[in-house]
Amino acid sequence: MTQPVLSVRNLEVEFVTRRATLRAINGVSFDIAKGEVLGVVGESGAGKSVTGLAVIGLIDPPGRISAGEIELSGTRIDHLPPEEIRRVRGKRIGMIFQDPLTSLNPLYRIGDQIIETIRTHTNLSESAARRRAIDLLAEVGIPAPEKRIDGYPHEFSGGMRQRVVIALAICAEPELIIADEPTTALDVSVQAQIIALIKRLGRDHGTAVMLVTHDMGVIAETCDRVAVMYSGRIAEIGPVQEVVRNPLHPYARGLMGAIPTLAGEDKRLVQIPGSMPRLSAIPPGCPFNPRCAFAFDRCRIERPEPIRRGTQSVACHLFEPAKETAA
Amino acid sequence: MLAFTLRRFLQAIGVMLAVGVIAFAMFRFAGDPVNQIVSIDTSAAQRAEIRHSLGLDDPVLVQFGRYFINALQFKFGVSYQFRLPVSSLLAERLPATLELAICATLFAMVAGILMGVYSALRRDTILARLFQAVSLIGISLPTFLIGILLIYLFAVTLGWLPSFGRGEVVKLGWWSTGLLTVSGWKAIIMPAITLGLFQMTLIMRLVRAEMLEVLRTDYIRFARARGLTTRAIHFGHALKNTLVPVITVAGLQFGSVIAFSIITETVFQWPGMGLLFVQAVQNVDIPIMAAYLLMVSLIFVTINLVVDILYTVVDPRLRSPVGRAA
Amino acid sequence: MSDAVVPHRSEDHHAPTGWFKRALDSDIFYSFRRSRLTMVAAAITLTFFLLAIFASWLAVQNPFDPAQLQLINSRIAPLWTADGQSPFLLGTDEQGRDVLSAILYGLRISLAVGIAGVVFAGALGIALGLIAGYFGGVVDSVIMRIADVQLTFPAILIALLVNGVAKSLLGNRLDEMSTLGVLIIAIGLSFWVQYARTVRGSVMVEKNKDYVAAAQLIGLPAPKIMLRHVLPNTMGPILVIATINLALAIITEATLSFLGAGMPDTMPSLGTLIRIGNNYLFAGEWWIVAFPGIALAGLILSINLLGDWLRDALNPKLR
Repeated sequence: MTQPVLSVRNLEVEFVTRRATLRAINGVSFDIAKGEVLGVVGESGAGKSVTGLAVIGLIDPPGRISAGEIELSGTRIDHLPPEEIRRVRGKRIGMIFQDPLTSLNPLYRIGDQIIETIRTHTNLSESAARRRAIDLLAEVGIPAPEKRIDGYPHEFSGGMRQRVVIALAICAEPELIIADEPTTALDVSVQAQIIALIKRLGRDHGTAVMLVTHDMGVIAETCDRVAVMYSGRIAEIGPVQEVVRNPLHPYARGLMGAIPTLAGEDKRLVQIPGSMPRLSAIPPGCPFNPRCAFAFDRCRIERPEPIRRGTQSVACHLFEPAKETAA
Repeated sequence: MLAFTLRRFLQAIGVMLAVGVIAFAMFRFAGDPVNQIVSIDTSAAQRAEIRHSLGLDDPVLVQFGRYFINALQFKFGVSYQFRLPVSSLLAERLPATLELAICATLFAMVAGILMGVYSALRRDTILARLFQAVSLIGISLPTFLIGILLIYLFAVTLGWLPSFGRGEVVKLGWWSTGLLTVSGWKAIIMPAITLGLFQMTLIMRLVRAEMLEVLRTDYIRFARARGLTTRAIHFGHALKNTLVPVITVAGLQFGSVIAFSIITETVFQWPGMGLLFVQAVQNVDIPIMAAYLLMVSLIFVTINLVVDILYTVVDPRLRSPVGRAA
Repeated sequence: MSDAVVPHRSEDHHAPTGWFKRALDSDIFYSFRRSRLTMVAAAITLTFFLLAIFASWLAVQNPFDPAQLQLINSRIAPLWTADGQSPFLLGTDEQGRDVLSAILYGLRISLAVGIAGVVFAGALGIALGLIAGYFGGVVDSVIMRIADVQLTFPAILIALLVNGVAKSLLGNRLDEMSTLGVLIIAIGLSFWVQYARTVRGSVMVEKNKDYVAAAQLIGLPAPKIMLRHVLPNTMGPILVIATINLALAIITEATLSFLGAGMPDTMPSLGTLIRIGNNYLFAGEWWIVAFPGIALAGLILSINLLGDWLRDALNPKLR
C-alpha cells in the first residue's frame, strides 16, 4: 500500500485553563490516502474541528498538541517552528471554514486575496498569479471570473463566496484539504453543489480531503471512509458503506439511527438519550458509558482501545474477544 | 449615496444657522457695541447717532440678516481690543493654529497607531503595560499640566527646546509657516505633543481594542490557514480593517484638536487663533469670540461632512447600494 | 479602608510564566487587582474631600485674606530644602502665600465648583430629559437637536463662551463669589447633554410599560409617575455619568482658571495657583506650580479610577 497523505497517530490536544487542563483530543489516530475523502462526524464539541485545526497547526494558546504525531506524506508537521508550519498551511494543506460570509476580508477584492495567497506560496509574477486566479475561479464554478475577480466579498452570494473560499484553499495545489463544516452556513439548495465541488476537486487533483461535518447525509453521499468521534476520541472508523449500513459502536448505531430517510417516513427517528459530557466532566472508562444501553462494569473503569473488526475499527469493550470479557 | 450626502449637507447648514443665531445674539446683546466705541462722557444724543449709524436701531431680524450676510463674506466686525477687522486678525492667526493642529494630529495618529498595534500584538509585555498606564494618565491629566511639565523638563531644565512662540516664520503669500526653519520645528515639537497627547491615547486605546477584535475574526483565521505571513496578516489584513474606525475617530477629532488648541496655545504662547480667543474672553472682546465660534463651527461641520463621505470611500460595503447578498 | 492602601506594584513587574502567568491574566485576578486599585483611589479621593472640608483648621494661614500675607515671607522654598522655613511646609509664592494653605483652600474651591457644576448639569439634564421623553414630538426634537449640536463642541469651548458672555453682561460687578456662580453655570451648561440623553431614553422605554399604565389608571398625575417611578430607574447610569463628569468638571474649572477666565488671583482655585506658579517656573521656583499640579492630577486620577470602577460595577448600558 502506498504511503498515506495524512497520518495521525495518538494525537492529544490539551487546553490549559485556570482551573484544570482539559483534554479536547485524546488518542486519535487515522490515515487519509491520496484522493480519499475521510468524513469526520460527531456532535458539536466532540473534537472534530479541533482535530482539523491541530493538523494545520492552528491550535492557539492556551491550547496545545500535548502528544502524538502528525505526518504529511511521510514528514512530521506537528511541532514545526511557526515559520515552517506557515509554509505548509495554504501550500500543502488547504482549509475551508464553516462560514463563507466571514471567511473573506471584506475590505479586499477577492482577486487580491487569491493573488496574495498564490504569491505567498509560489514565485509567480503578479500578472501570472492573476491569470491563475481567474482559472481557479472558473474551476470552482464562478461565472465570468475575469469580471468577478475585481469584486468585493459583499458582492457575492453565500454559495459563491464559499466557492471563492475553496478557490483560495486549493490555489497552491495542496495535498490535503480540510473542510470544516463547509456547508453548515449555506442554504440547503447550495449545500449539494458545494459538496459536489469539493468531491470533484479532490478526484481531479488526487487531493486527500478531510471533511468535518455533523451531517450524516453529507457523509453518506460524499465520503470514502468515515470516522465517528465522541468526546475527543474516535469511537469507530471504517469504509462509509460499512459504518453506515452496519455500525458497530453503540454511539455510531444511535447516530446512524438519526439519519432521516425518505423511505421510512413513519419510522420514528431513534434518539440517543442524554448529551455528550463536557470536557471538564468526562467520566472514567468509556466516555459514552452513561448514555450506553449496553454498558457493563468494565466500561465504567477501563478505557476501550480501538479493535479491528474486518475493515472497521471500533473502540468498545463489546467487541473484545468473548473470553477476555468474561475474565 | 447622493441622497445621503445631500441630507448630511442640509443638516450641516442647519447646524451652521443655529450657531449663527447664537453668535449674532452674543454679538448684538452681550456686548453693546456702542459702549465699546464711545467714552463715558459721550452724550445720549451722540450715542443714539452712533447707534443709528451702526444700524443698531433696525429690527432685530434685519440686523441678523445683515450680520449673516456679512459673516458669509467673512466680515465679523471690528475687534474692541485691537481696533482691527476680526477677519484679518483671524486670517493672520489661522496658519499657526492649523499647522499646530495638523502636526498634533499626525503625531497622535502615528504614535497612537504604533502603540495600539504593539500593545494588541504583544499584550503581556512590560512595554504594552507601560503604554496602558500612559494612556490612563494621558486621559486624566489636564492638558495644561502636561504642557507645563514638558516646559519644565525640556525648556527650563534641559534647555533643549524653546518654551514659547513659533520660532522663525517664513511667509508664503498670505500663509506664514514655521515648518521651513529649524527654530520653527523646534518650537512646534512640545506644543504638538501636548495638544496631540489626548488624541494619541484615544487612538491607541481604539486601535488596541479594534485590533484585538479583528484578530479574533474568521477572516484572520482563514488568512492564517492560507499560510500568509504573520506580517501580511497583522499589517495588511488586520491593520487595514482596524483603520476604518480609527480614521473616522481621528477625523472627527480634528475639530476638537483645533478647539483644544486654545489651552495649548496659551501654555506655549503660540500665536494662533486659540490664543486670540482666550485673550478675547479675558478682555471681553465679543466680536472675536463670536467670529471664533463661527469659524470653529464651520471647521467642525465641514469635518463631520467630509468624514461621513470618506467613510463610504474606505469601506466598500457602504459604497454600492447592492448591499449584503445572503 | 486604610489596610487597602497597599502598593499593587509587585505583580506588575513580575514576569510570570506558565499557569501563574495565565492566572495573572484571568478576569478574576484582573478585577481583583483593579478593585484594589479602586480602593486606593477611593481612599485618596476621601482624603482630598476631608482636606478640603477641614482646610481652615489644617492651614497655617487663610490665603484668601490679604492681611495674613506678608511679603517678607515671599518665595520661600519647601521646608526640606536648604532655604526652607517653618511653618511653610511646601514653601510660599511671591505674595508670601503658604503653598500648602493655598492648595487646601484651592482644593475646596475646585471641589465646590466641580460638585456644584455637576449637580447643576445633572438637574438641568434630568429635567430636560424628562420633558423631552415625556412630551415627545416637537419639544423632544428641539431639545435633542440642541443636544446633538452641543455634543459636537468641546465642553471647554462652551464654558469659555459662557464665561465671556457673563463677563460682558456683568462687567465690573463680577466679584469672587459671582465668578464662582458663573463658573458653575458655565460647567452646568457644558455637561447637561449626557444626562438628558440617558434620562430621555429611560423615559421612552418606561413610558410604555404596564406599571405606568396601571399608575395612570389609579389616577396618579403623569409628572408624579415620572418622578416617583421612572426617574429612580435611571439613577445607576446617572451616578456613573456624574462621577466621570466630576473629574471633567474639575478639569474644566482648572483649565478656565488657568486660562485666566476663572477664579481670580485673590481667591485662587488649583487652576489659578498653577497659572500663577507657571510664571515662576523659569526663575527656578518650581514648588509654586508643582504642588498644586500634583494635587490636581492626583484628585482627577483617583476620581477617574472610581468612575471607571463604578461603570463596570453597575454596568449600565452607557452608549
